[in-house]
Amino acid sequence: MSGATLGPLLGEDSENSGLGHRGPESKSIVVPYGFWLFILSDIVLFSALFASYAALVHATDGGPAGKDLFDRTKVAVETTSLLLSSFTCGLAFIAGKRSNMLWTQAWLVVTGLFGAIFLAIELNEFAGMIAMGAGPQRSAFLSAFFTLVGCHGAHITAGLLWIGTMMAQIWVKGFSPRMMRRFLCFTLFWHALDIVWVAIFTVVYLMGTTP
Amino acid sequence: MFGELSWDALPLHQPIPLLTSVVVLLLVFGVVGYVWFKGHVPYLWNEWITSTDHKRIGVMYVIVALLMLVRGFSDAIMMRAQQAIAVGQSQGYLPPEHYDQIFSAHGTIMIFFMAMAFIIGLMNFVLPLQLGVRDVAFPVMNSVSFWLTASGVLLVNVSLFVGEFARTGWLGFPPLSEKAFSPGVGVDYYLVALQISGIGTLLTGINFVTTILKIRAPGMSYFRMPVFCWTALVSNLLIIAAFPVLTATFAMLMLDRYLGFHFFTNDGGGNSMLYMNLIWIWGHPEVYILALPAFGIFSEVFATFSGKPLFGYRSMILATLAIGILSFTVWLHHFFTMGAGANVNAVFGIASMLIAIPTGVKVFNWLFTMYGGRVRFSAAMHWGLGFIFTFVIGGMTGVLLANPPVDFVVHNSLFLVAHFHNVIIGAVVFGVMAGYTYWFPKAFGFTLDERLGKAVFWCWFIGFWLAFAPLYIIGLLGATRRMQHYDNPAWQPYMIVALIGAFFILAGIVLTAVQLYVSIRTRDRRRDVTGDPWDGRTLEWATTSPPPHFNFAVLPDVHATEAYWGMKQRALQQGRLEEEPDYEAIEMPRNSPVGVICAFFTSFTGFAVIWHIWWLAILGLIGAFATFVWYAWQDEDEHEIPAEEVARLDRQHRQIRAETLQAGSQPA
Repeated sequence: MSGATLGPLLGEDSENSGLGHRGPESKSIVVPYGFWLFILSDIVLFSALFASYAALVHATDGGPAGKDLFDRTKVAVETTSLLLSSFTCGLAFIAGKRSNMLWTQAWLVVTGLFGAIFLAIELNEFAGMIAMGAGPQRSAFLSAFFTLVGCHGAHITAGLLWIGTMMAQIWVKGFSPRMMRRFLCFTLFWHALDIVWVAIFTVVYLMGTTP
Repeated sequence: MFGELSWDALPLHQPIPLLTSVVVLLLVFGVVGYVWFKGHVPYLWNEWITSTDHKRIGVMYVIVALLMLVRGFSDAIMMRAQQAIAVGQSQGYLPPEHYDQIFSAHGTIMIFFMAMAFIIGLMNFVLPLQLGVRDVAFPVMNSVSFWLTASGVLLVNVSLFVGEFARTGWLGFPPLSEKAFSPGVGVDYYLVALQISGIGTLLTGINFVTTILKIRAPGMSYFRMPVFCWTALVSNLLIIAAFPVLTATFAMLMLDRYLGFHFFTNDGGGNSMLYMNLIWIWGHPEVYILALPAFGIFSEVFATFSGKPLFGYRSMILATLAIGILSFTVWLHHFFTMGAGANVNAVFGIASMLIAIPTGVKVFNWLFTMYGGRVRFSAAMHWGLGFIFTFVIGGMTGVLLANPPVDFVVHNSLFLVAHFHNVIIGAVVFGVMAGYTYWFPKAFGFTLDERLGKAVFWCWFIGFWLAFAPLYIIGLLGATRRMQHYDNPAWQPYMIVALIGAFFILAGIVLTAVQLYVSIRTRDRRRDVTGDPWDGRTLEWATTSPPPHFNFAVLPDVHATEAYWGMKQRALQQGRLEEEPDYEAIEMPRNSPVGVICAFFTSFTGFAVIWHIWWLAILGLIGAFATFVWYAWQDEDEHEIPAEEVARLDRQHRQIRAETLQAGSQPA
């Protein structure tokens, strides 16, 4: 009896049963896919911090509230520099795809610089708040604020370390498929931080300063 | 220089911890010394510690889990002994501050380092084999996950010797766990150890979801995956969705404790109920992260030992997915007494009861799988049957507890303790023991002694019911959980029965060790030469036991849900094996020390953070980053196994299968 006629007897369904026919996917699919899942988990982490912020935003314990502390102009500059860094990050990746070392490195430097500007403004804001007695120990609201915004800042810091490491690697090793996979993961990471920032910008700063 | 660490941290004036410390340290040094002087270090380093082979990593997880089972059980039997005597005038032998550490350590270790490690170990070992592939998506990350878990295990156990452990229960509820009420390092040990192992678990989740969704044998579509893979998929999706919440929650509590933040404090506007909500948003899915793979194991066991395909394959998958989603909608039932109001409680109560529906679907599927089948009462099947009986009763007491008015009465009582042990031991412990028995021959090439395996089961089964049925009763009579001492002498007989139950379980654990020893001694009598000792149905049985490093010489071509059963029947019908395939060279990941080096640095960093030794913490972090950069700098992370070697190994295996086919035609 041939395999084809035996198939139905053994409960084998038709061959057209959707995904999975090709066998294991290549690394260029698997690695970014895994990284997407990591980003997803990171978003869940932020969502827990957002939830805590939302629960504690009015728990000022007689201390300052958002509208007494936040400076919309500063935040606008911050946001602009972060969004621009995302744009230049995209340009760097395009240059990378064309294996253009000079422009890749140049755009990565610019990306890192915009990230650093963002971080400097944020640290300046934090320092100012702490100096005027509105540090994270002041109230539950400020604890939640510093943690949520600071966690994003910590991610940006990690991203800057990543940029530096990756620039060195690309410089030494060129545009191998391995490097390009990492580069792609970095751009995903950097854009995801933008999305988180847009949420912070809205929930913390805009809603916090709207009368 | 050494932060808050001083000689006072050593338990020199407490006899019980001192004695335990000395014994455990002697054991550890004994084992390390033996390995060292016997010259086994290079073997261990090359074959195990730096291995990126999912099978080896899985085995190491299971070893850790078994060790932690012993540790967690020691805590359990100490508690049972204390409660059996500490009534009225007697204060028992454990002072309150020590007793509180014991129940906290018991819960923490059993959930995070026994159950999680066991389940993840089995998934590690089985998933790529069942999917018909050669490894997980990220082999080096897999090793990192394991070693981060091991680092957490290390820190929790160091707390025995240096300092103290948390006295706050296994979830560390504030405000008790805040600096004001727990000024010692106990809570810090708890938090840091779980943060480190939690990151390991999250990486595992990412790794396995990617593996299941992107790396399967040709032809294995979603509805051809074995049910264990499905349950593992949902379980790992839950890990990705739940563990970051745990990380965030613990991070907030750490900020409270270390930097004086006010998330959960009584002052400064903090809100301790926020912690309850967050921790249970992780905690309830965690129950299913553990239980779903156990259900998957039982599904494999029931199908194999009934000689039938699993009844209701698709309904099983739907039920698994339904449980996965519902698990995120019920967290509030852990604190109905918070005061959220009748309507909120009703919603969460009903949602909790709803989980009984897909779970019931599963139970009936298992029963119908056995119905009309040729059931073999092997040791693994004993665990399965014991599970159905035990778990259904545990599930029913769960439905009782899901009813808010009932919950108000038995909240925080021993009834609750009996309930969750009923489901966790009944499902997870029985499940991992079934999996251990079932897959042991695949891992080591010989089966475990069946008679002793059944004895282990009966000890656990009888022991469980003796230990926890009395707790249901006195829980209803009003006995609360976590009592170091109680005044009502009417409870004592029940507590004594519970202690006897604990001794039965002790016998089960001892017999597990005996079984392992006897099985190794008599392994030649129970060799698994064909690679298919149970007449299995899924792809892990298609390769040798133990499988070669690369699992499959040629990736199997999948045509049906029970891929290997189909191949086997075809071979039986045709009286011959499939044609010999064309062998090709195989690329396999190299060994990597990154995992163990990472764990080395994180252990020191963790210890430094616990004791406020900041220079060491910073040094550790720099070390970890340097390791990471060094790893990223490597070019080659794969090595090639030549086609001739693959062909040689596979021909041996085909030879044995062909002979078996000629001889008795079972199993092919």
